[in-house]
Amino acid sequence: MIAQSVLPPELWVSLGLTVRLAATVTALLLVIGTVLGYWFSTSKSRGILLAETLVNLPIVLPPTVIGFYLLTLFSPDQPIGRVWFKITGQTLTFNFSGLVVGSILYSLPYAVQPISAAFKSVRQAYVDAAISLGATPWRAFWRITVPLSWRGLIAGAILAFAHTLGEFGVVVMLGGSIPGKTRVASIALYDEVQRLDYVAANKFAGVLLGISFVMLLLLGWVQGRAARAE
Amino acid sequence: MRESARGNVLAKKASRGLDRGMRPFASFVCLLIAGMGFFRVSSVHAEETVSVAAAADLVFCLDEIDAAFEKSHPGIKVQVTSGSSGNFFAQIQHGAPFDVFLSADVSYPRQLAETGLADKASLYTYAVGRIVLWTMKPEIDVKRGLAVLSDSAVHKVAVANPEHAPYGRAAKAALEHEKLWESLQPKIVLGENIAQTLQFVQSGNADAGLVALSLVLAPKLAGQGTYFEVPESFHPRLEQGAVLTKQGAAKAGAKAFLQYLASPEARPILDRYGFSLPSAK
Repeated sequence: MIAQSVLPPELWVSLGLTVRLAATVTALLLVIGTVLGYWFSTSKSRGILLAETLVNLPIVLPPTVIGFYLLTLFSPDQPIGRVWFKITGQTLTFNFSGLVVGSILYSLPYAVQPISAAFKSVRQAYVDAAISLGATPWRAFWRITVPLSWRGLIAGAILAFAHTLGEFGVVVMLGGSIPGKTRVASIALYDEVQRLDYVAANKFAGVLLGISFVMLLLLGWVQGRAARAE
Repeated sequence: MRESARGNVLAKKASRGLDRGMRPFASFVCLLIAGMGFFRVSSVHAEETVSVAAAADLVFCLDEIDAAFEKSHPGIKVQVTSGSSGNFFAQIQHGAPFDVFLSADVSYPRQLAETGLADKASLYTYAVGRIVLWTMKPEIDVKRGLAVLSDSAVHKVAVANPEHAPYGRAAKAALEHEKLWESLQPKIVLGENIAQTLQFVQSGNADAGLVALSLVLAPKLAGQGTYFEVPESFHPRLEQGAVLTKQGAAKAGAKAFLQYLASPEARPILDRYGFSLPSAK
């Protein structure tokens, strides 16, 4: 009942959906970001610049461009969309799973960059020493590199989470604003304004503002601790 | 010897790092997993859910119709997504999971039926839409008709995007009919759909706009602003078509909803929102 006085039930559904999307995307991005971050921080190949540029593209790319490409790729008439439909019986477009894929691409650089930077800042001497003492590179990575980079990993996760919360363009193209499925917070706010429900829109915008502020505060705190630790 | 002593120190340092480092990290990951699972409970679960893609001119009217429908059909939940008809047309072509499509014109649902994406037998005209010139500013006298838009007091005129909103096409046709479309170009701002167009005017950002009569008649806007009904002869008739999509044709709830829209229970609601009855065939 208290919850209802803060926000109407359909906005709670939107907020829950958004948190679920952001949490799923962040969990997956931690894995993907760790793999890519490790590759970027250790590879000496010249081609790495190309790969890094590709990963960083979403920072400058209009989200509608990502949305447009994915809408076309995921369409049930196209190979990827068709295979997905055969396996799951659902379309990738206008579905939660499609939003997960879109958001991973959209938030990728925000996870990879801090993780890769953290890995790069781990002194190579520590890793070398562990390996010279008989540790496998795999063990050295988990016992030396990751523990010394945890702030970077958390910063990557916070940024990925916060960035996914604020997503609009990709979801507009790919989502279709279906309650409980693809009507995420930013879209719900857009819809409330069009319905002229300024009271609900105001409350909702306030909640989103608060969440974003706390996320950034958390990020600043983690980074402050990282700076003091050095 | 020296090497191994140094190695020991490093190993200790590293294991300390592990203890200190992994704890907050591990708790963070737990929190994430909780976030993924916990909020699942809040998603909607009804016995049968009918997903309706509705033209934005229906946004207020459908609130009433849905409530009445859900009351008389317990166990069926209606989920409405509103927007521009052209967008829905494109989305349904890309596989959007809507059961019912309530368009603001008849050509989008007809095209879907012709390409097999909608059930041809279910297509019917459920309403005829009307456009009005609407303003919130007392100094703009809309009773003078569309010509008032040329006044210097009118800086911005909101119109729905004619590319994909049928109401935008009607507005453009009416302005062309009055030979105003070209001269008004510097003043025209485009709403993504008719509800956003209304919002532009309601919020005072546009001085006047060509919007749907059904929106202006909504109780929410009662007594706000003044409007002028654009003569129907100024634009092609806004016949609005309803259709079951391919997936909706298999759902009893979707069929029931489409039938309900033409029923004696729903008709008076549509009439109250200014949707004149389509002429009997």
